Amino acid sequence: MSFLPYAIAAWLFVIGLFGIVRSRNLVITIASLSVVQSSTYLVLLGVGYRTGAQAPILADIPQVARTVDPVVHALALVDVVVEATLFALLLALAVQGHKRYGSVDPDEMRIMRG
Amino acid sequence: MTILQIAVLGAVALAGTAVALAREPLRQAMTLGVYGLALTILFFVFQAPDVALSQVVVSTVGLPVMILLALRKIRQQEHERGGRGSREE
Amino acid sequence: MSRRGRLGLFAVAGVGAAAVLVVGLAGLPAFGDYHAAYGLIVNGVGLSERHATDLVTAVNFDYRAFDTLGEEFLLFGSAVGVAVLLRPTRGERQPPRAAAADERRFAGASPALRALSIGLISPLIVLGAYIVTHGQLTPGGGFQGGVILATAPLMAFLAGRVLAFKMIATEHLVEAGEAFGAAGYALIGLGGLVFSGVFFHNFLPMGLAGHLLSGGTMPLSSIAVGLEVAGAFLLVWTELLDQAMLHGPGRSSGGGS
Repeated sequence: MSFLPYAIAAWLFVIGLFGIVRSRNLVITIASLSVVQSSTYLVLLGVGYRTGAQAPILADIPQVARTVDPVVHALALVDVVVEATLFALLLALAVQGHKRYGSVDPDEMRIMRG
Repeated sequence: MTILQIAVLGAVALAGTAVALAREPLRQAMTLGVYGLALTILFFVFQAPDVALSQVVVSTVGLPVMILLALRKIRQQEHERGGRGSREE
Repeated sequence: MSRRGRLGLFAVAGVGAAAVLVVGLAGLPAFGDYHAAYGLIVNGVGLSERHATDLVTAVNFDYRAFDTLGEEFLLFGSAVGVAVLLRPTRGERQPPRAAAADERRFAGASPALRALSIGLISPLIVLGAYIVTHGQLTPGGGFQGGVILATAPLMAFLAGRVLAFKMIATEHLVEAGEAFGAAGYALIGLGGLVFSGVFFHNFLPMGLAGHLLSGGTMPLSSIAVGLEVAGAFLLVWTELLDQAMLHGPGRSSGGGS
């Protein structure tokens, strides 16, 4: 049972890749990419978790309490926010691609260029 | 590992699968919001309130607004092209 | 490659990738069985050394501040990228129709939604400011608070007032916020270099743990990052909004999107 978070991370990674391969619309490709990326959060938080530990906020808990790893939280939370603007950059690329090639389907875009 | 954690992990897996298998972009934007909420709850039960806080704002407001605006722009361009009746220029 | 061929190739590659992932992840310590030294050390010394009660913020803005500098410029770069990609196309159409755009309120804005959205603006600003300034005390910090601050003007757009949104979040204001945030965070790092010889060294007095001005440079870093994140999100939204709302075809499509 202790492998479950990692198994689900692997599943999200692969199913997100499948969404990318299968998609016929760049917007869907981009959203599938965000599923691939979110699998890394599961791995990071899974690595940092300690059974029975508390969140690394020391305001009200006694000093001796066990807390989970704050380092992976810092990595994940920054990535969540930065990912959103990268996501916007990809969407802008999709909009511009549509303006230029008249389609958001990657296959059709290639035909139009050739 | 508690029952709650297992249940939320299951919800995340289901919602993520739904996002990746969606066929219609507008519907997918909504599914993506649900997936973000599932991830938020997961971060809470994994004792990561900081990550949950950033995930909830980004996934409920940030991403859907961006996708909806981009889809609207693409649809407008489609209308214009349809109006001119020429797909290859 | 044909669609069928691509899916077939993925069936093989996907199974392979899944197998490699499972084998690799199986090498990690079991879930809940945590032994990494770095996190344990931070948990042990964070409060006594840095007087911060939220250790995640301490890691972000102090122990790994240099890493955050990189992330911050990633954010800056992609927001600028969106502007660069979408802006040249503005000249394609005359910017007019400013008045018309206000009429073209988007379909779903009922009076109730409008009142709710307008009413939410000031609470969101207060919440965002609280989360930015209390980064080192409670969950939150510049990154989360910045996004919340950015959603406040967006409420005007949700209320159907596209032009009001453009007036609150003018381009100059948004760009200035983003630039000052990015520069401010880099300057805090330089301050460490000037005052104690180490880039991003926490050179201010640590203060009393639990107080608003504790944690040395952490509150300042948090505010700088909050400005930058709010600016970046607003810049991205305005650029997409300009494309989708103000430069649309003449007819009011009114499509629910």
